[in-house]
Amino acid sequence: MSVTEPAADHLLDVRGLSVAFTRKGRRDVRAVDGVSFTVDAGQTMGLVGESGSGKSVTSLAVMGLLPKRGVRVGGEVHFDGDDLLTLPPERMRDIRGRDIAMVFQDPMSSLNPVVPIGIQVTEVLHRHQDLRGDAARTAATESLARVGIPDPTRRLKEYPHQLSGGMRQRALIAMALACRPRLLIADEPTTALDVTIQAQILELLKELVRDSGAALVMITHDLGVIAGLCDTVHVMYGGRVVESAGRRELFAEPRHPYTGGLLASVPRLDAPRGAPLHPIPGSPTDLLPWSEGCAFAPRCPNRVEPCTESPPALESAGGRELRCYNPLVAAEEVPA
Amino acid sequence: MSLAQVEATTEAAKVGEEGGSLRRDAWRRLRRDPVALVGFGIIALFVLVAIFAPWIAPYDPADRPGAGIVTPTNIPGPSAEFWFGLDELGRDEFSRVVFGARTSLLVGVVALLLGMAGGLLLGILAGAFGGKVDTVIMRVVDVMLSIPGLLMAIAIAALLGRSLLSVMIAIAVINIPIFARLLRGQMLAQRGSDYVLAATSLGVRRRSIVLGHVLPNSMSPVIVQATLTLATAIIEAAGLSFLGLGSPDPRVPEWGLMLANTQRYLASAPHLAFFPGVAIVIAALGFTLLGERLREALDPKYRR
Repeated sequence: MSVTEPAADHLLDVRGLSVAFTRKGRRDVRAVDGVSFTVDAGQTMGLVGESGSGKSVTSLAVMGLLPKRGVRVGGEVHFDGDDLLTLPPERMRDIRGRDIAMVFQDPMSSLNPVVPIGIQVTEVLHRHQDLRGDAARTAATESLARVGIPDPTRRLKEYPHQLSGGMRQRALIAMALACRPRLLIADEPTTALDVTIQAQILELLKELVRDSGAALVMITHDLGVIAGLCDTVHVMYGGRVVESAGRRELFAEPRHPYTGGLLASVPRLDAPRGAPLHPIPGSPTDLLPWSEGCAFAPRCPNRVEPCTESPPALESAGGRELRCYNPLVAAEEVPA
Repeated sequence: MSLAQVEATTEAAKVGEEGGSLRRDAWRRLRRDPVALVGFGIIALFVLVAIFAPWIAPYDPADRPGAGIVTPTNIPGPSAEFWFGLDELGRDEFSRVVFGARTSLLVGVVALLLGMAGGLLLGILAGAFGGKVDTVIMRVVDVMLSIPGLLMAIAIAALLGRSLLSVMIAIAVINIPIFARLLRGQMLAQRGSDYVLAATSLGVRRRSIVLGHVLPNSMSPVIVQATLTLATAIIEAAGLSFLGLGSPDPRVPEWGLMLANTQRYLASAPHLAFFPGVAIVIAALGFTLLGERLREALDPKYRR
């Protein structure tokens, strides 16, 4: 079921990644099931889905940050020739922060409250580039300046609570980018920020990625973020990728009913007053959703007979991958 | 020191998220809190008296300025010359109480430091490694906690022989499990926090995460516990001396020993019991008041 790619050198090549949470006496919960994707240098990839769709677990699995106990990880995560899932922990620690870094959702809790910003930034530089003293301080100041933090020298001595939410997220991005990693994974980096700050942070990420040539994996539930930032998009539902396409294709012609539902549910400012919102009915179920057919079937407006009999496979056609028996039909296309 | 107290301190410890700001905030509120200031004042007085004892006390604690006055039936109480009266051997009670502050402070601080060092070491090991290390350490701690504190202290002091050092060690030992448990619980809670995940995602080594991130965020309740432990350590030290497990040297002024020696004269010379007794209560009260208020100041639930 994994897509056979030509042996091109992708920066990140995830093949058939699966993550199951195991508990004694209970059935395993498959949070991620056979997810494959690739990311190239300079590219921005979006991973979209609602809460519980497995997007954050996917990123944690790539980073090797899932707990060892009670978790079973399968598949392959190739980064620059190494399979990250089989690397010894010490080598993985060297890669984290130096080659791959991550920005988390909540800038309030992701910074250590009792340690000054400067020490938290220099810690990374010390760890990976062996910088100390003045050299580390200079590099840390540069990192903060690069993410647009004003008066970075003074900020180095400040504690996280003395910074605003947006500044804290900038500081976290500075820490993640301090060693100029080749891949940045951003897990809903703007969710905890207010709207104007969100736009600034996204703009900043876009700029930094463009300037450094790094790849960016953007994890979000916000299609607006995807529309403004990503080259390719993978839509996840119930731990599997249900549709992958380039940004334009996906927004212009969503084929999977779930993607269509997501797009239709975005509130529009230009809609007539009083026009109803369009939610996707129901809520995701999390117990082995794919074992007896399509996990989205119970909520799907396009449901047909086979949907509840066997899970559809991910099929690739016309530069897009789709997991659906009865996809939405593009407006000008004649139904077959 | 009771389990309930430990639990209460753990409650106070839900500070994690905002440590830095919280500590500064706590300090600001403490400075405006009259009860905390009273506690702080008592502690300051106690420490100053202990440090400057030779200058404050009019006599050497071993001197017997009233040797000719005192008889077994006539032990004079407070007077203009002898503020707290004379003891059964004609020594100046005021001077002995003043010098007693030295002994109490020394025993209290050394016992606390030893106990805290041992407890923090075990707590860090258990909290940092988890798994089997954690299980073994915590079972040992449970066993230690299940033995009543004073009983264990008596056993240890008796085992080590009569001396101030054995009193210190005994009190330290009964405080080890309390600090170990407290710190371990704090560290476990902090280990699952976002900033630990964020630091891990940047490749920071585990040692740096434990010592540089988790530990500083786990210390607030330990500071509170240390303050409260000083109060109980002073009382326990007096208790052990009272039971005859303290210094065998009668010239060393120790409040608990002074209390023990006056038992026979309780009816004729109640001042001999009154002054050392009040000194013990006030010293312990100072640390308790400050500790309780510190706990409230560090606890977000008490925020006003």
